[in-house]
Amino acid sequence: MKNQNTNIYKRPKNVSGILDLITTVDHKKIGVMYLYTGFTFFLVGGLEALLIRIHLMQAESTFLSAAEYNSLFTVHGFTMVFLFFMAVNSGFGNYIIPLMIGARDVAFPRMNALGYWIYFFGAIFIHSTLFVGTTAPPIGGHSSQGSSLFSIFSNALAGGWFLYQPNAGTQFSPGTATDIGVLGVIFLGVASLISAINLTVTTLNLRTKGLKLMKLPVYVWMTQVTSFLLIFSLPFITIALFTVLFDRQLGGNFYIASMGGDPILWQHLFWLFGHPEVYILILPVFGIMSEIIPVFSRKPVFGYATLVFAGFAIGFIGFGVWAHHMFSSSIPPLAQAGFGAATMIIAIPTGIKIFNWIATMWFGKRNLNVSMLFSISFIINFVIGGVSGVTHAVVPSVWQQTDTYYIIGHFHYILVGGGVFAIFAGIYYWFPLVFGKFLNEKIGKIHFWLIFLGVHVTFLPQHWLGLQGMVRRTWWYDKGMNIEYWNFVSSIGAIIILLSLIVFIFNWIFSVRKGEEVIFDPWDGRTLEWSVPLPPPEYNFYNLPKVSQRDDFWYKKYKIDENNRSVPRTNIKEIKNKYMNSASLDESHIVLPSRSYYPFTVGLSLPFLGWAFIFRGGFSSMILLLTGVLILISSIVGWSLEPEYE
Amino acid sequence: MNSLTHVHNGEDVGVPNQKLAMWLFLSSEVVFFAVLISIYLFYKSAFHSLQITPSDIFDIPFTSVSSFILLMSSLTMVLSQNHYEREDISKTRIWIYTTGFLGLLFISGQIYEYTIFINEGLTISSSIFGTAFYFVTGFHGLHVFIGIMLLFVTGMQIHIEDTNSKFGLSLDSLALYWHCVDIVWIVIFTIIYLIP
Repeated sequence: MKNQNTNIYKRPKNVSGILDLITTVDHKKIGVMYLYTGFTFFLVGGLEALLIRIHLMQAESTFLSAAEYNSLFTVHGFTMVFLFFMAVNSGFGNYIIPLMIGARDVAFPRMNALGYWIYFFGAIFIHSTLFVGTTAPPIGGHSSQGSSLFSIFSNALAGGWFLYQPNAGTQFSPGTATDIGVLGVIFLGVASLISAINLTVTTLNLRTKGLKLMKLPVYVWMTQVTSFLLIFSLPFITIALFTVLFDRQLGGNFYIASMGGDPILWQHLFWLFGHPEVYILILPVFGIMSEIIPVFSRKPVFGYATLVFAGFAIGFIGFGVWAHHMFSSSIPPLAQAGFGAATMIIAIPTGIKIFNWIATMWFGKRNLNVSMLFSISFIINFVIGGVSGVTHAVVPSVWQQTDTYYIIGHFHYILVGGGVFAIFAGIYYWFPLVFGKFLNEKIGKIHFWLIFLGVHVTFLPQHWLGLQGMVRRTWWYDKGMNIEYWNFVSSIGAIIILLSLIVFIFNWIFSVRKGEEVIFDPWDGRTLEWSVPLPPPEYNFYNLPKVSQRDDFWYKKYKIDENNRSVPRTNIKEIKNKYMNSASLDESHIVLPSRSYYPFTVGLSLPFLGWAFIFRGGFSSMILLLTGVLILISSIVGWSLEPEYE
Repeated sequence: MNSLTHVHNGEDVGVPNQKLAMWLFLSSEVVFFAVLISIYLFYKSAFHSLQITPSDIFDIPFTSVSSFILLMSSLTMVLSQNHYEREDISKTRIWIYTTGFLGLLFISGQIYEYTIFINEGLTISSSIFGTAFYFVTGFHGLHVFIGIMLLFVTGMQIHIEDTNSKFGLSLDSLALYWHCVDIVWIVIFTIIYLIP
């Protein structure tokens, strides 16, 4: 780390390998790093889920101990929500948005890198609990008789990802695992806030000439709404997590009932973040759908304005439905009625979007490739999950469903059948953009049908299990309760999902190496990201594009005839050639932001500070603290003296 | 023409990037403090039955003085911006450091107040009032502290960069942050200290 004054400090230049990743400020590289890291955590979280399902395959199973089981479902939730889903959304946003709006990079390239590195080190910090965390064995019930094969997992926090109080307080969850998890999520929140602010400023201020707000691609709008949701909902979770730390570490009384604390406060704070969080996960995914379906139907998206405003409506109403997670807690009947009604109302804008996508496909020239198959089954799965979601608006019904597998079935249809399917659709769609090669279609179809089968076999029976009364987060169920059969089926489904992921990983490796190459506009795209040579040069656009309408790139290639059909322009080849060959022109006059070490080092300091706080007292914590503070201060000084461009 | 921010000739919303980012951050901060204060209010009805109640312990004249000091720091912040616009670098620097110094005075007042309260028996774990009070004022103090750090870093930067337009933007953004933290204190002071 170099920290001299501005005249003589050394900046990383022309580096390669790992240093390239550490110092890069290129939004495309950071986006790909997010995607790889996020996908790694998808596999980690998936394997955790698989262990859970293997355990539940039989009644009275002792495959896992109770402690391992509790920790596994907790970290499964943490990993999937915070480390996989949000990271992948950030990755897509980072990579695609500057290209879609015709910009050379994001507004704050170094902050962008900082967001990634805080996320990365936050994830490492959370996982450090496996080696340094401590928990207490679960109270009561069956003693642990399981194998010790996965005992490392019992070092992770175990109160569920929602950390309900007082269960996650010191009395019932002693040890450091909970503190590490809580602090780690605070770090991830900081990363998300940085990335949300950055993307908002990018979208609002770096649009290319003529790209007015209502001409933006729907994907950009949806990430924009998501960014606002993050900006306004992250404070809730940050404070909520700090109240927990205050109670656990500094002897606070927020959730200690004997001292006047009220555990219901936690539920309000958590779900005031937690429900918008659902839309933070799903809105970018709606955006991905709104990009893919028009391209493969060869039609403009149906009802652009309604799609955009439905997104805003979901964002707004999303802040007014949090208490439907708490109908079985003590909240007054009037509030229950109000939140029930709001929960029903939010189905309306969501329905608008579903109908818009269907209408886009209607009479379109549909191309049923893998990306489109994923998109169509996204709609199917999402409607199933949405309908079971509306049942949560009916308060008496929720009293029966709450804390059962019905809930699990519902939100996995939304997040796996919906979210993950859309992410796969996006991966198949944008893979040529990133790598200049196609993902193999034949292997892709095997992947699709396996995961489609797997998701339904896994999660559909869970609805029935829930309605039969199977409680969620249950480590043990007795023989003869008539729930063995569907549990077995559900576990088989999980194994099918695993197979499909193996196929996907094989497809990825195969296609990166030997995929069919493509140099320009593989799908006959509509938006600006397809107007660059593939893979995009570092500066994205040689000449920043000028835009006159929605789907401008499409109308540069096609014109509308009197029957309202798109027909290719006579000079379409020349137009394409012009875009395609722009990469070989002289690029010396293009100024790009310079590389920097400091985003990485700021991120690096956080785990040290976190460990020093949690294991405070004693010599080793002083060392940790000193290391963290030294790295942090020197990075901040270095950063503030370093110009963005040189 | 082709660089990122030097000249951007596309569409924007008319607010410079750095300021827009600061406004967005502050909107998040405002929610942050709203939640903090809500938590305090959520528990407030129970305070009157405690051993140490707010009205027993608060020293309104003392805290009024320190609030006044913090308010004045907003004035000095504006003065430094004003001198920057007139390209008087040395006075800009003086007023930036003055602002930081006033912030430090406020923090010292807060630490003094905390020690008095702790001596009188109000700690984080003594009662729900103590927990909520230290939580809310502590987080505000942390924000003031971060502001002071930023002020001194900015004061250092002005030695090096002298007059360039980007620096003016950082000064403006910093001022926005500082005023926001000030205004939040006025709300906290009113709700926690003044309203019985």
